[in-house]
Amino acid sequence: MEELCDRLAGDLDGSFEELVKAVRDDLYSGLRPLHGFEAEDLAQEALVRAYRALSGYEPDRIRTLRLRPWIWTIALNLSRNRVRDRARRPTPVELVDTHGVDDPEPLDTTAWDARLASLPLAQRRAVVLRHVVDLSYPEIAEITGRPEGTIKADVSRGLARLRTIMREEEE
Amino acid sequence: MTIEEQLRTLRRPAPAPVTTGALLGTGLVDGYAVYASPVGDVVVSFNPHGVSSVDLADDGSEERFRDRFGRSMTLARPPGGWETKIGRAIEAGTPADLPVDFRSVTPFRRSVLEVTASIPRGQVRSYGWLARQVGNEGAVRAVGSTMASNPVPLIVPCHRVVRTDGALGNYSLGGPHNKRELLSHEGADPEWLESLARRGVRYVGSDTTHIVCHPTCAHARRIADRHRREFRDLAAATVDGYRPCEVCRP
Repeated sequence: MEELCDRLAGDLDGSFEELVKAVRDDLYSGLRPLHGFEAEDLAQEALVRAYRALSGYEPDRIRTLRLRPWIWTIALNLSRNRVRDRARRPTPVELVDTHGVDDPEPLDTTAWDARLASLPLAQRRAVVLRHVVDLSYPEIAEITGRPEGTIKADVSRGLARLRTIMREEEE
Repeated sequence: MTIEEQLRTLRRPAPAPVTTGALLGTGLVDGYAVYASPVGDVVVSFNPHGVSSVDLADDGSEERFRDRFGRSMTLARPPGGWETKIGRAIEAGTPADLPVDFRSVTPFRRSVLEVTASIPRGQVRSYGWLARQVGNEGAVRAVGSTMASNPVPLIVPCHRVVRTDGALGNYSLGGPHNKRELLSHEGADPEWLESLARRGVRYVGSDTTHIVCHPTCAHARRIADRHRREFRDLAAATVDGYRPCEVCRP
């Protein structure tokens, strides 16, 4: 990722596609449990905004960026705005995976969407960023602007709740 | 499997539209769509700055685009509103409110193309006229090469620009026969234009109004045959007491 920063600083247009390839699965995987079918659109928008931001940065600033948390800060802002807009103008949230119908599913994605959807938003975000996207606690603290201790508590409460839900499903 | 391990399996590869959408949204890659035109199917490409090129649709379209603009293009739906505007711009032969990406064009050429876009449907003007309109009477050759390199033929109607002697001249989108085809489609009879050129007629005037016009000007076409006077050049018309039409500005 550091080498990618150097290339972005030297030739943004020539290396941006590389950045897209490096982070697109992260973004999509993290946004999908939070936004369902809208994840595709949000991931794309986060990448476009990242490009516009990079276009305005000095090369030295680009060289020192930590790309994953940086791009997730952009994505999470978009995600928050989308949640806020939805609250103002309620539309039914579709949590069913709309694409990949023919893909082999290693686990029942729909079941996991439902379980995650039952978590409070802060816990859902923390669990997804930590365990689906695989970001570290300091990174999540930076992205969300919340203390690391709070994130850890959200993740452990979220996981505890998921365990309870799964136990109930078995009964 | 622990809950943490199960959560990790929720990772998914991003669907292809994420990548193409991001590259289109940044303008690093152009989208294209195929439209019908009087000279056959054309590939129209676009990016956030506007429509970037119009070219004949064939196996070489993508490669010609890459060679010319240094970007690639990918089949995509034009952004909201542009889809119908592009079709209308091709049919009308003017961009109207459709944005055009002129970033690859020099300021001089851009001003030439903007004047070209104002030539009404079914009418023709000469390279020399265009050069005068942009305030550079001597730039006839530069105007000619601007027409040859017009990135958006049909939408900026370079088919309405003919040689200063009145002959139809060349055309970048598939050659001179397409220029004839387009002019006929718009109701400007190419054979009539060529007969005027052969007879050396460059302007026509009315002996009742004493106004002189380009032969294809809407006002010139209303002149009754018995009042119609033909001129080789503007000087001859001026000597006879004619003044230039304010609409077609000969």
